[in-house]
Amino acid sequence: MSRAWQRTATLWAAAACAALLLAAGARAADAPPAALDQLMALLAQQRHAEADFDERQYLAVLTRPLISSGVLIYDAPSHLEQRTLRPRRQTMVLDHGTLTMQIGRRRRSVPLADYPQLAPLIDSIRATLAGDRAALEQRFELQLHGTLEHWQLRLTPREPQLSAGVSDIVIDGAQAQISEVRVRQSDGDHSVLQIRPRP
Amino acid sequence: MNRRSVLAVGVWLLGLAVAAGIVARARYTADLSAFLPRTPSPMQQLLVQQISSGPASRLILIGIGGLDAAGRARASRALAGTLRAQPQFLVVENGEQDGNARDREFAFDHRYQLSTAVTAQHFGIDGLRAAITATMDLMASPAGLLAKSLFRSDPTGETLQVVDQLSGTAQPRMLAGVWSSRDGARALLLAQTRASGADTDAQARAVGLIRSAFTRITTTAPADPVTTTATAAASSAAAPLVLQLSGPGVFSVQARSTIEREALRLSLLSTALIVTLLLLVYRSVAVLLFGLLPVASGALAGVAAVALGFGVVHGITLGFGITLIGESVDYPIYLFVQSRGRQFHGVLWPTIALGALTSICGFASLLPSAFPGLAQLGLYSISGLVVAAAVTRWVLPPLLPARLAIIDLAPLGAFARRSLARVRVPLAGAVLLTVLCALVLYQHRHRLWTRDLAALSPVPAASLRLDAQMRADLGAPDVSNLVMISADSEQAALRWAEAAGGRLDGLVAAGVVGSYDSPARYLPSQATQAARLAALPDDAQLRARLAAATTGLPIAPGAFEPFLQQVAAQRQAGPITRATLQGTSLALAVDALLWRQDGQWRALLPLHATAGDDIDVARVRASLATLAPAHVAVLNVRQQTDALYAGYLAAALRLSLLGFAAIVLLLVIALRRPYRVVRVIAPLLLAVLVVTAALALAGVQLTILHLIGMLLTVAVGSNYALFFDRSAAERDLSGLPRTLASLMIANASTVLGFMVLAFSSVPVLSALGMTVAPGTLLALLFAALLAPRSLFAAPAEPLPA
Repeated sequence: MSRAWQRTATLWAAAACAALLLAAGARAADAPPAALDQLMALLAQQRHAEADFDERQYLAVLTRPLISSGVLIYDAPSHLEQRTLRPRRQTMVLDHGTLTMQIGRRRRSVPLADYPQLAPLIDSIRATLAGDRAALEQRFELQLHGTLEHWQLRLTPREPQLSAGVSDIVIDGAQAQISEVRVRQSDGDHSVLQIRPRP
Repeated sequence: MNRRSVLAVGVWLLGLAVAAGIVARARYTADLSAFLPRTPSPMQQLLVQQISSGPASRLILIGIGGLDAAGRARASRALAGTLRAQPQFLVVENGEQDGNARDREFAFDHRYQLSTAVTAQHFGIDGLRAAITATMDLMASPAGLLAKSLFRSDPTGETLQVVDQLSGTAQPRMLAGVWSSRDGARALLLAQTRASGADTDAQARAVGLIRSAFTRITTTAPADPVTTTATAAASSAAAPLVLQLSGPGVFSVQARSTIEREALRLSLLSTALIVTLLLLVYRSVAVLLFGLLPVASGALAGVAAVALGFGVVHGITLGFGITLIGESVDYPIYLFVQSRGRQFHGVLWPTIALGALTSICGFASLLPSAFPGLAQLGLYSISGLVVAAAVTRWVLPPLLPARLAIIDLAPLGAFARRSLARVRVPLAGAVLLTVLCALVLYQHRHRLWTRDLAALSPVPAASLRLDAQMRADLGAPDVSNLVMISADSEQAALRWAEAAGGRLDGLVAAGVVGSYDSPARYLPSQATQAARLAALPDDAQLRARLAAATTGLPIAPGAFEPFLQQVAAQRQAGPITRATLQGTSLALAVDALLWRQDGQWRALLPLHATAGDDIDVARVRASLATLAPAHVAVLNVRQQTDALYAGYLAAALRLSLLGFAAIVLLLVIALRRPYRVVRVIAPLLLAVLVVTAALALAGVQLTILHLIGMLLTVAVGSNYALFFDRSAAERDLSGLPRTLASLMIANASTVLGFMVLAFSSVPVLSALGMTVAPGTLLALLFAALLAPRSLFAAPAEPLPA
């Protein structure tokens, strides 16, 4: 069971990363070679962002992908919200270390720190928010490909116990805009999150 | 010494030896149960048991403050490790063992016994389809991965249902891998002692163990080498680690040591003051020691009587007993100062004996008190006074040296007499004072007596605040409203808890109650569990229904094999028992909410209010009233304790009035003339009236201990008034100056002793002191002023040689 929670949070880490990167999109930079430090600096400056998302999950237990869509909201430095509108309204909020899920009238709050294997993973979000590359690299192997025009950031968990079933997280961006977050899990299941900044 | 004197001394010595033997073998206790009632209503009885020895009484809340989060977490782990190795502790939790993971595993393994959703319909075709669709919707959400990992083995979502059911108990915040307060300022641990909270000695040992372990950790543990460099600057600047302890056991240990320390310090101080005064008067250590013989003998006899009568002696009895028989210090003073040239047993003795008898009437009113502590004090005082008076009468005179070298206090008495003669209109003054005091009391009549039992508690308010804070941080329920279940067996108690839970669910939905906790949530009754397991279809049925239910859903073939296997296995599994809970935090929760006491099983369902609201207890009562009232009761703890205390107070007041009536009756029989009775009683009543009015004006709310103080004022003051009455009846005024002087010395010693108590930080001690010290002083003053004017009007006669 706790593995399940970890996976949830892993997805969250991915979503959070995506939101952060998407936040950077609002401040488009010029087009010199993509340097991690530049990306981090952009992220650290972002205060607020909103975007629509579409997610497809490819799961071995299902013969068709699961499709959901909704809105992502980010407020610096520690508030992240994913509002799923379809197929059913549900909200997940990460705020100051507390993860709150609301489905219908039922609310569940869990302190993220209740999951010691997960805490570093989520802390990496805070580190990213702060543009703290050193802290991020303490948890993940970071690989940045391409240019700021069209880049791809790959996060590979360094510590096995912290990977929590995640093989890697790949984030695509065009200039400072994120278009896609792909999470691959060790059991072969994977998900694709597509993001469009709200007009 | 004549033969009778030899006999008296012999009997006394024998009595002392017997009493010493009893005292040496007596059992002593210093817990707070002296303040708890002996035979209240059954509900109050439960409450008292819960407070003094229930599972909650065995919890010690530990806080570690100071340094930084990492340093506190290190200390928390080290402390928990040390304490877990100690047999005195059953459980030591600090969050590091990831109890949540164990709890979640437990919820998964036993989901079909625990989930309230498990019914026959839920496992029908429609039920299965609805549940599976809901789970798939959940998988499409951010919580999807959680649902996904459980989908194959639990497509109906029972695990999440159970997690929701159990998450009623709030978990403490985690910081650096251990429990922390919500503000993150201190690490928290929870220790459960093996010994009951009422066993103060064992609690004191447990507290001592925690303190010494903490001291060892903070002084010897080297800084963590990994973090040293990073935090060296921070931690050297930060405050050092501090330990904070709380909980019922800690409180009784604290209270006992405070009372012991204060009682020792204050009694040493007052003894020093009184001994100095008496040495000034007696001018002989030998006489001083003789003068202390009656008190010492009385104290010994008092403890022996309590040990025989109650089987166990409260610390409080030892502490207060001496002050209550302080009256007996006066007897030898009367003997030594007044007996010059006069016959002791012919003239003085009847007055002293009558004084002692009135005191005994007063103290006898404590005997039937529901407060064990008060009843013990009553017995102690009565037996102590009887023995002290008897020793003064029969043992002291033959032992005294032929010539007493004590100072002649007649001049002091003569001076007092001349001063008293100058007062012109004492009677009018007394009437005016009475009216004024009565007015003050009438004005304060609604807030004269405190309704708060906590006013007697020796635990300082700051400690109570810390306790409330730590309890809130740990998610421990604030038990101000409870549903209390009583039943003959564990299973019956659980079934009643489930029945009450059904009603409470309705109240939660209606918003009357925010939430509630129940042992049946963690450990459903066997009947309920059996019904749930019986609702699970057999393998063939489930396969058929599942196939029908998932028609048209994108489920991979064979996806639900784990589910089918586990349901089949669960149908064979028996119900979970208390033993199954071992190792989860649920075990602790059940221990706190379900226990056996005196052959009865009790279950507690603490109610939590919706945020910022009070619970409408009347509505809860009304809703539960149709269940069996013998088994299910709604309890407002605050109301109950206050009612409890109001009950004591009313009983104590009633008994005191009875005691007062007995005193009046005694005086009527002894003095025969109504005006003499009035002359003796009036100054005592006036003294009590003035002190009460003064306390009311000063904003002090009276407690049961103030009442005892008034009783004591009447007991001691009656001696003064009787001496004036005797002098007036005698018409021989030659002895008056010495009588006056002896009363002044006796009063000074009483006032000194109780004045010291008035400055104590222990509420019961200070209440007694602030009532008795001014009360006895005023009693003497009023007795003198209200005595017949003819006593003082005559010019001082020449003093006899």
